[in-house]
Amino acid sequence: MKMKKVLALGLIAMMAAATFAGCGSKGGDSASTDGAADGAADGSKGQVYYLNFKPEADEAWQDIAKQYTEETGVPVTVITAASGTYEETLSSEIIKDEAPTLFQVNGPVGLANWKDYCYDLKGTSLYDELTSDSFALYDGDAVAGIAYVIESYGIITNTKLLEEAGYTVDDIASFDDLKKVAEDITARKDELGFAAFTSAGMDGSSDWRFKTHLANLPIYFEYQDKGIDSTDAIEGKYLDNYKAIWDLYINNATCDPSELAGKTGDDAENEFASGEAVFFQNGSWEYANLIDKGMTDDELAMIPIYIGAGDEANQGLCTGTENYWCVNSEASEEDIQATIDFLTWMVTSEAGTSMLADQIGVIPFKNAADTTNLFVLNDRDYTDNGKTPVSWNFTTMPSEEWKNGVGSALTAYAAGTGSWDDVVTAFVDGWASEYAAANN
Amino acid sequence: MEKAIRKYWPVFVLPTLAAFSVGFIYPFVQGLYLSFCRFTTIKKASFNGLDNYAYALADSEFWHSFWFTALFTVVSTVLINVIAFAIALALTNKIKGANIFRTVFFMPNLIGGIVLGYIWQILLNCVLSILEKPLLALNATYGFIGLTILMCWQQIGYMMIIYIAGLQSIPDDYIEAAKIDGATTGQILFRIKIPNVMPSITICTFLTITNGFKLFDQNLALTGGEPAHASEMLALNIYNTFYSRTGPQWKGYGQAKAVIFCIMVIIISMIQLRFTKSKEVQQ
Repeated sequence: MKMKKVLALGLIAMMAAATFAGCGSKGGDSASTDGAADGAADGSKGQVYYLNFKPEADEAWQDIAKQYTEETGVPVTVITAASGTYEETLSSEIIKDEAPTLFQVNGPVGLANWKDYCYDLKGTSLYDELTSDSFALYDGDAVAGIAYVIESYGIITNTKLLEEAGYTVDDIASFDDLKKVAEDITARKDELGFAAFTSAGMDGSSDWRFKTHLANLPIYFEYQDKGIDSTDAIEGKYLDNYKAIWDLYINNATCDPSELAGKTGDDAENEFASGEAVFFQNGSWEYANLIDKGMTDDELAMIPIYIGAGDEANQGLCTGTENYWCVNSEASEEDIQATIDFLTWMVTSEAGTSMLADQIGVIPFKNAADTTNLFVLNDRDYTDNGKTPVSWNFTTMPSEEWKNGVGSALTAYAAGTGSWDDVVTAFVDGWASEYAAANN
Repeated sequence: MEKAIRKYWPVFVLPTLAAFSVGFIYPFVQGLYLSFCRFTTIKKASFNGLDNYAYALADSEFWHSFWFTALFTVVSTVLINVIAFAIALALTNKIKGANIFRTVFFMPNLIGGIVLGYIWQILLNCVLSILEKPLLALNATYGFIGLTILMCWQQIGYMMIIYIAGLQSIPDDYIEAAKIDGATTGQILFRIKIPNVMPSITICTFLTITNGFKLFDQNLALTGGEPAHASEMLALNIYNTFYSRTGPQWKGYGQAKAVIFCIMVIIISMIQLRFTKSKEVQQ
């Protein structure tokens, strides 16, 4: 009997241990990843926890964090949210006791959700390093965020194929030129063996290129006309131009417009890298992928997206940012200081700036290192030649919901199951209703 | 031994109860509270009464997704259970390779919903483009059919296993006696087999109804709610309310929808349990 009792108690103990083991080991993990073991003992130095937005740069951030910790003894943790889940991850991370001290928002609309958590960066050493005040994100008078990367997008062109078709990039200086070249290539598609445009895929992995980035152009030109930088109701003055460029994309592509609904970002990238099409609308972040796929600098160029609006002779690439660093105002005094020190080091030290230049792109700070990214260099050439870059106004789009509505309508229009009027409705009426819904 | 259990029951109950409280009861109560609040993060919530519920109940997209989900649940519950039961009947007969078939039918259930959704999206889009029909993301009817096919493929195997277990537990003498009395196959099926597997039917319909209502992964991966929210089910609607809108009020709306959703699922499954339980017989 006694033996049985001991046995029963032993089993109970084991069960209990097993139940709690899950929690226990998890706690251990997080402790070891945040490197608190060596640095946190010296609490006065504070610590940094960066919730990173860019999965492609995760490894580089981990390395640079380790290097910083070795140099200064300040523990730096970098956790990267899985692609497309940044908002969710941030919502759950920020309420933890060990909340991120550094996170990011994507512009004024993203800031609306997080402004209560943004430390005013005005007058900090990081703010002083900015080359221009226009790279700061303001919430009233407070500097809520600081842009850390400048990116460009446009139409990436395979110059070799373009030459095979009998043109050079210099032949394309307006929407009419682009249309002429694209339609000529389509007419001779069988003879040439390639199409003008890669598939304008409307799968979730690719639709942002059109519902967000391409839609920026009609918004930009309308803002320019009115001299504004955001609005509660878009008029849709340049939607005919939007239609023209969209028609050009879908009717001169590698596939039938009705198949676009299922085409992915990888499809377009592979088509471009394997020489099935001359033009590929994407941005400077795509450079590394194309080089990895075996393309070389001498066959690549990025040209502006002409839509037949504004002063086309002086139009540059679409250049701007949707990545702003924000420091968590709820963090302790030491941690805030540690975070600002870390960022300042990132944008002034050689190790930090060269990591940013190589992995992220151009950074708007005084000590920026030079980049090897061809598309960024293209953008610099355009600007040096007196062209005006098209700014990124899609950060003022009222919500994800608005983008999704435009995306659905574009897809249906391409497939012939919807009309262009639906796109106009989603664009104009959708803007007004989403803006109202976001600001009530 | 029974004495020991009576004495030490708290030790047995506590670990699970603690885990259940931490993992379910506490978040549920907090979620209930948050559904009356305006918030971005759960630490900074301000009470705003019934506004969230007023919005959620007035949202036409929410009701559209409710009816879409309800229709889907009815269709998938009927199809899955009828087919699973038929396969179970076939595989309890002594046919060659019955075990291999059971394994094969069960396998789809081992693949995650997101993966299944993408695989079926590629498959169905290929078929649709060969037939020159609009793709899944363009037509809610095809989206609905696609979801039904996907769910049937995934769940039939699982329900089949439960039905096989039910059918095997029917004592052979019942069927033997019926045969001696001259009952036809149909009579044996409807008068003996089905009444005797009622407990399995209860559990299977419960599982398929709740799975249908709670469906999220497959919906997200297969159609993503396209075109324009037409194939969006309740769970995805709540998710989109929460994450694809801007401003603090939306989190509260999403939370209110989630509470309404939870209550609906509980009520519907209670009614179903009561109904099928009343049909169960004692062996």
